[in-house]
Amino acid sequence: MESPALPPQGASTRSRRWRRVRRAAVLPLAALALSGCTVPNFGANQGDTTSSRSVFHLWQGFSIGAAIIGTLVVALVLWVVLRYRRRGDAIPKQVQYHIPLELTYTIVPILIVFGLFAATMVVENKEVANPKTNVTIDVNAFQWGWKFSYPGSSAVVIGQTTQDPTMVMPVNTNVHINLTSTDVVHGFYVRAFNFSRYALPGVLNQFTLRAVNTGDFFGQCTQLCGLYHSLMFFNVKVVTMAKYRAWLASFNNSSSASAASAANLAQRQQTSSVVPSKPYVSNGAK
Amino acid sequence: MVDILEHPVSAHDLPDPHHEDHGPTGILKWITTTDHKVIGLSYTVTAVVMLVIGGVFAEIIRAQLASPNGTLVSLAQYNELFTMHGSVMIYLFAGPFAFGALANIMVPIQIGAPDMAYPRLNALSYWLYLTGAITMLSGFFTAGGAANFGWVAYAPLSNSLNTPGAGADLWIGGLLLTGFSAIFTGVNLVATIFYLRAPGMTMFRMPIFTWNMLVTAILILLAFPVLTAGLIMLYADRHFGTHIFSVAGGGVPVLWQHIFWFWGHPEVYILALPFFGMVTEILAVFSRKPVFGYKGMIFATLSIAALSLGVWAHHMFTTGVVLLPFFSIMSLLIAVPTGIKIFNWIGTMWRGEVWFSAAMLMAIGFVITFLIGGLTGIYLASPPLDFFTHDTYFVVAHFHSVVMALVLAGMAGLYYWGPKFTGYLLDERIGKIQFWFLFIGTQVFTLPLYLLGLRGMPRRMAIYPHDPQWKFLNDVSTVGAVLIGISTILFVVNVVVSWKKHPAGDNPWDGQTLEWFTTSPPPHHNFYRLPAIRSERPTWDYNHPEHRAIPHAPAPVTAETEPVR
Repeated sequence: MESPALPPQGASTRSRRWRRVRRAAVLPLAALALSGCTVPNFGANQGDTTSSRSVFHLWQGFSIGAAIIGTLVVALVLWVVLRYRRRGDAIPKQVQYHIPLELTYTIVPILIVFGLFAATMVVENKEVANPKTNVTIDVNAFQWGWKFSYPGSSAVVIGQTTQDPTMVMPVNTNVHINLTSTDVVHGFYVRAFNFSRYALPGVLNQFTLRAVNTGDFFGQCTQLCGLYHSLMFFNVKVVTMAKYRAWLASFNNSSSASAASAANLAQRQQTSSVVPSKPYVSNGAK
Repeated sequence: MVDILEHPVSAHDLPDPHHEDHGPTGILKWITTTDHKVIGLSYTVTAVVMLVIGGVFAEIIRAQLASPNGTLVSLAQYNELFTMHGSVMIYLFAGPFAFGALANIMVPIQIGAPDMAYPRLNALSYWLYLTGAITMLSGFFTAGGAANFGWVAYAPLSNSLNTPGAGADLWIGGLLLTGFSAIFTGVNLVATIFYLRAPGMTMFRMPIFTWNMLVTAILILLAFPVLTAGLIMLYADRHFGTHIFSVAGGGVPVLWQHIFWFWGHPEVYILALPFFGMVTEILAVFSRKPVFGYKGMIFATLSIAALSLGVWAHHMFTTGVVLLPFFSIMSLLIAVPTGIKIFNWIGTMWRGEVWFSAAMLMAIGFVITFLIGGLTGIYLASPPLDFFTHDTYFVVAHFHSVVMALVLAGMAGLYYWGPKFTGYLLDERIGKIQFWFLFIGTQVFTLPLYLLGLRGMPRRMAIYPHDPQWKFLNDVSTVGAVLIGISTILFVVNVVVSWKKHPAGDNPWDGQTLEWFTTSPPPHHNFYRLPAIRSERPTWDYNHPEHRAIPHAPAPVTAETEPVR
């Protein structure tokens, strides 16, 4: 019946301001789109296993979210404190509630959280899956070193404190790791794999690594395990399957195996004179 | 509504608040007192001393890490230092400072009570705390040194075989004592808040700080007994031949982690909630507005508390023995109520009159620093990202962002409430300089540590391989630690130079809650008179009757309910 009334003055200013806000919000997004498809790595690396790459992408996703929310909140705080800094003795309007607004910033974060959770689950299910494999390495952590043994072969690599033993594993193969601890809680951590897992006394921890690149990687104990925690390093050497087989075979010659263990023993004693190691191997406690 | 507006302003007189104050004076008063304000002041001083002790440990740690093969301390000393740094800061500073010092003084005054519900129990709490602190620290004077198994004391590293010596036992004993002190304070706070509120002070008229202290106290009562039980088990394993945490005897080492973190994660909120409360009030007062979303804030606090009881195993994702999805979603969900708080804080300042006092600057600094700690916490709630960063410096950086935010909030609390319980203002100019040192120092200290963690440096290493990136990031972080140290010195300087210099008056900040209605310092039983309590801002309503908070569902305005003016 009636032609729609013109919006009141206040509303039109508001919509103009809103348009300006929208324009300001669109700009950085457009800039992001124009800058190409390279998503920044936010300090992390994609790593050298299949799951390290999924973890890296999850990291990027979380970081983009955190960057947007963080920037928004910091901008809001700075805007509020600078725009509304005290200019006189006036008492502002005593607004206490705005239910629709409060509901918005309750419901939107819930949706974001479920999104993050869904992404987490996808990556986690890939990472904790235990696919079939015929390469298994038993990793045993002790104060303060590592022992890598290869079931079905006489290959054993052991080293402590300053010796940095090397775990050899084949590339592009699912490698099943059985992780145990002889004494206290240790942490098996390979930075290039974006992965760590505790070695717990009395618990067999199992996981699968699938390296996609050959190379030498750096590993370390992450959980405080006593005096020489800072020295509990190891190396991971990822080689081709052929080289891995050859390396394993070198142990199967019994004479070389005994030579290796003798060398190990000698090395251990040598280390003991440099850095005192614990004289006993405990089973968790007395 | 009628009820609210019937007596818009009135203050009724109370019996002489000094009528029971015939006690001794001087040092004897300090030792024998049951007055919550004197006990609270003892707590404040003791906790700040602990902050300084823990801070000195931190500076030594950072100096050691400034070079890869630091030789300032030995490997063994380093383990003692970071163990005691964490223990002192968590057990002896942050908690007691929040619920022993500021809550002890402020909660009774905020609800119009003459004292805590159990004044003698309150005194016992303090003496247990002091004894516990001395017990724990005395480990340094034993032959084997102080405890050195980290502040989390993971079994079986903490058993008598791996950590013989009295230092560890003194650590357990000290923690038991301070644990009981916390439990008694929790009992006291709950009883006080439930039973000693002044007439008119309904639950939904309590200041946010008091609300947060109520929730904190309930969390203390739920969490601390578990820790106490765990410590007794640990002690029994060490000395009475039980095998609760030993594999050899059929025990389960991971059980310790479950017990510890079942206390440890609620503890995070036991530490944080009081400071959230302080900041909420400070932001409101220095914006001259009511707390935005007051009820939403309370529900957010309640849901944080409820969720915090179901997230402990996110500290144990890498153990491989916990159900990952459950603890992941519960931990992620905590972001929601925490986010509500941050938006409410912004809403409180929105269109206010933001006064950049030292306390307000610290509170704003808290919001930004806590935001960084909160956002990085979300990563750690995701198991794959936790596998990636667990026990590296990323985690160290995350919780230091959070606890340094709490230090900022605690400082804000001292600048804001210090004048109330001492009667004198602190120097604002030194306070602002202190703020910039503390705020910038915190970021310079923590931000490199995030990168350091991503570059693969595990925590708790006394020496590290010579990696130029690790060294550079460690050096920057050390510079930040020095800036933080300077800020602490500035605080001590401020206390000295403004000692009894600028009388505060009753209400220096145009405060809103009941503590600003009484004198500074308040009399023995807190109040000469009380205003009508018709909202959560009785002092504000009394001083500015024409500027009441605008209710969220405006009642139809009738002649009867029309407010004054």
